[in-house]
Amino acid sequence: MFGSVCVGGAINLLAQRHPINSALSLIAVMAALAGEYLLLGAEFVAAVQVIVYAGAIMVLFVFVIMLLNAGEEEQTKGSRVAVLLGVPGMLTGGLLIGWVVLRHSGTESVPIGALPGHPTDIAQLLFHDFLLPFEVTSVLILIAIMGAVVLASKPEAAPGRFD
Amino acid sequence: MVPSYVPLSYYLLLSGFLFACGVVGFLIKRNIITIFMSIELMLNGVNLSFVAFAAHWHALAGQVFVFFVMVVAAAEAAVGLAIIISVYRTRETLNVDQVNLLKL
Repeated sequence: MFGSVCVGGAINLLAQRHPINSALSLIAVMAALAGEYLLLGAEFVAAVQVIVYAGAIMVLFVFVIMLLNAGEEEQTKGSRVAVLLGVPGMLTGGLLIGWVVLRHSGTESVPIGALPGHPTDIAQLLFHDFLLPFEVTSVLILIAIMGAVVLASKPEAAPGRFD
Repeated sequence: MVPSYVPLSYYLLLSGFLFACGVVGFLIKRNIITIFMSIELMLNGVNLSFVAFAAHWHALAGQVFVFFVMVVAAAEAAVGLAIIISVYRTRETLNVDQVNLLKL
């Protein structure tokens, strides 16, 4: 059921012309994915998905869409060769991959809610085995914050511009 | 309640479908914000297969990797949206076809 919501939301994201409708369908996709994670037993990931993705990132997107007053996008004509060759090629590739995946991993199944995905275990793993990557991520976040502030500030106020 | 079982391949197919939708959106969309959302959709598809494999192999490291992917996606979204704002300020457009010069 969550999977069908995911699929519908993703198709809707492609079909909508207005970016705010795309953003709302992306939120639906993310909420449905959080449900999937919960079914897979990954409670921590589900919570982080809702808070970070559906909360923070999508609020950022909607803010920028409203700030820039984005309207309908104008369609451009794609090349006909791309459509003629690309759509059948994509269908063939997708069907082939789907057939292979279904054929070769059909017997293994994932028990719903059986994984010990307790936040305590994840914290043990995160702060012992993955401590160095975790610290590097904090530096990455810091650099990203500074970069965002510098990029989004007004050009007159930005340091280092002499023109 | 009897625990029900879902084949791993279903999760992989859903994840692949989400990734494919992201790729198609990235290629056919002309609005730069929608292109950015397609990238997020691709990251979400990858995350789903991470979690499905983590549940399948009973390895929690997959979930930690999902955490890292989310952190990188958040940083990327912040920087990318800042770039979009500054591009819009100088070009007055969001259409990627009209942004064809690195320097005005």
